[in-house]
Amino acid sequence: MNLQDHDKRARSAIFSRLRGASAGKPVETPDVAAYFRERAQPAAGESRRERFMRNASNWRAEIVECGEAEWPARLADVIARKNLQRIAVGRNTSIGWTLSAMLPAERLFWYEQDLAEVKAELFNHIDAGITTTIGGVAETGSLLLWPTPAEPRTLSLIPPLHIALLFEDQIHETLFDAMREHQWAQRMPTNLLLVTGPSKTADIQRMLVYGAHGPKELVILLVSRKAQEAAL
Amino acid sequence: MNAPVVIERPGPATPKTAGAPGGAHREVHARPEDFKQRSHESVNDPHLRSSFRGAMDFLIERRAVHFSDLVAFETLRKLGEQVRQHALSKLPELLDQLEAKLTELGVHVHWAETPEDANRIFLDIAQRHEAKLMVKGKSMVSEEIELNHVMADHGIECLETDMGEYILQLDGDRPSHIIMPAIHKTKQDVAEIFHEHIAGAPLTDDVNELIGIGRKALREKFGAAKIGVSGVNFMVAETGSIVLVENEGNGRLCTSVPDVHIAITGLEKVIDKLEHVVPLYALLPKSATGQAVTTYLNVITGPRREGERDGPREMHLVLLDNGRTQAYREERFRATLQCIRCGACMNHCPVYTRVGGLSYGTTYPGPIGSIISPHLVGLKSTRDLPTASSLCGACGEVCPVKIPIPEMLMKLREAGRHSITQSMTPPTQALVGQGEVRAISEAMAWRGWRVLYSHAFLYRLFAWFAPRLRWLTPAWQGGWTKSRTPLKPAPKSLRDMMADRDKRRR
Repeated sequence: MNLQDHDKRARSAIFSRLRGASAGKPVETPDVAAYFRERAQPAAGESRRERFMRNASNWRAEIVECGEAEWPARLADVIARKNLQRIAVGRNTSIGWTLSAMLPAERLFWYEQDLAEVKAELFNHIDAGITTTIGGVAETGSLLLWPTPAEPRTLSLIPPLHIALLFEDQIHETLFDAMREHQWAQRMPTNLLLVTGPSKTADIQRMLVYGAHGPKELVILLVSRKAQEAAL
Repeated sequence: MNAPVVIERPGPATPKTAGAPGGAHREVHARPEDFKQRSHESVNDPHLRSSFRGAMDFLIERRAVHFSDLVAFETLRKLGEQVRQHALSKLPELLDQLEAKLTELGVHVHWAETPEDANRIFLDIAQRHEAKLMVKGKSMVSEEIELNHVMADHGIECLETDMGEYILQLDGDRPSHIIMPAIHKTKQDVAEIFHEHIAGAPLTDDVNELIGIGRKALREKFGAAKIGVSGVNFMVAETGSIVLVENEGNGRLCTSVPDVHIAITGLEKVIDKLEHVVPLYALLPKSATGQAVTTYLNVITGPRREGERDGPREMHLVLLDNGRTQAYREERFRATLQCIRCGACMNHCPVYTRVGGLSYGTTYPGPIGSIISPHLVGLKSTRDLPTASSLCGACGEVCPVKIPIPEMLMKLREAGRHSITQSMTPPTQALVGQGEVRAISEAMAWRGWRVLYSHAFLYRLFAWFAPRLRWLTPAWQGGWTKSRTPLKPAPKSLRDMMADRDKRRR
């Protein structure tokens, strides 16, 4: 019997067992929105920005605060301070344009080919990957990443340092808020990520070590925009 | 919460004889039948005891930090329970929807009734791609089907990439905990394992360096493997998404770098809506390791799309039954399938903490393992597992989806000892191994007891003789006297004592 027939036979056997079972008591559809409405709200003494920063730093993300006009300069500081020689970035992104004006061409690696062609380069010769984010989550200090053809998912994964650009006005209180506001369920990308701090493991004697298989460090450029600055 | 940096006291290395003896490559096929013997050995192993005690205390404390508000915890876990029960209440419908959605996205969906089915599917895909190497993220279901061994038999290397699992694979050992698989290894053990098995690895017990060695050795493999294998934490029927929860990044690498991604999971892991992930994700890491959140929540919806530079070009999902439909069909056992595999029940189990995960001889150890395993491999071989509990109830209290584990342990004890016709509450369908634990001597004893207690004359006769012949009770009474004093009738029966009292009063 070939595999497909086998699959089909297994499928029908499984479904007939499941369908043959009594349905049991009907269970109401869970109301996640009500849960978040009714549960204790975050303390008033702390702003969402402060909450994000506190939680993200607790997971060892390094946060660089900057205004809308200064993030390129701050990014340049990070690059100089960490002595990053080769940086991977997506072409035709705001970050790409900014960096190409700041750094000599040989220090930039444009991630615009198929991973198969650039695997060796990406794994072995890149010091950092820089990506945008679609927002953050204050409750947990997490970044929301929505990889695209311009910014592939491995850009934030393979290089030992991940630098992420986060606009303050895109920080949501909870993952649930972000999910609802962006209506993810209607338009899921191939890969959607919630990233909280650099990769880590406690698999050896429960001792926490950062830099397991993903980035060893995470730097967040936290950008506040003009409108916000004016409002403050 | 502060990122915890925990420096454990070094302590002596775990002896290699933990569980079954046999040096570095100990017996791979541990059997649940040997539970009693293995747990006896473990209980007498002070190193293993202290290693588990320390680890479990640590995990209990870390979890408690997040759930100090018991009312808030109860509200959240009720929602978690509802999400899982809701999904199970319409399981066939959701699986149908999930399959349709995944097919539309270009994912190949496979159905496997048994571990053999699942391995055949893996083998077929591997052979089609002429793959000699698979990199694998942590997946308990792949342990369940013994994927690594079966692939190895066909000349395909299936490499574990989770640090803990990698250490165990190098050492030929098995996971002793579903979340922290190498919890029974010390850093000195790991140092020796790496030094012995990884070319050029220096002998060091600096944990940072050890992780660095593992990272370097595995990085080369991610790039070289044609196939990446992963487990699944949740599947979303609404969107056809596969959700993976992890800290290390190896799960992301396994599902992003190789050209082919095969995910394998139990068919019960499906949930209805994307937003239902939120409460489960709020419960899982806190219950498992006491983290508010993991480094990565990785949501994958289909293979690489037009124009994308990375991600797998081909994606498969293998949905395994292996006894799950049996648990589903019996309403009294259906709650078993609510499990989100956090491991909190084992962390809090006084029996697990003392006997360790390897004693169980099953893929899933601890309280949850004791209620899942009988469905996966039958009640006969797992007969002792439902008795590996003091019924203290801790597992049920901490379960993030409110599985009534102690009750289910009781029901399994009953199912093991009574066939359908013998049951006081007859089930609609027999479990595999239903009634097989029945021991004739025990059944006879109960029958004798019943006759005695339901016939007044016989009972009086017995009650008259028992105190008078108590000097005849043997000192050895089978299993009972192994660790208890012998049972002896009282010098005077209650009836006689009552009669005496009445006499005095008159």
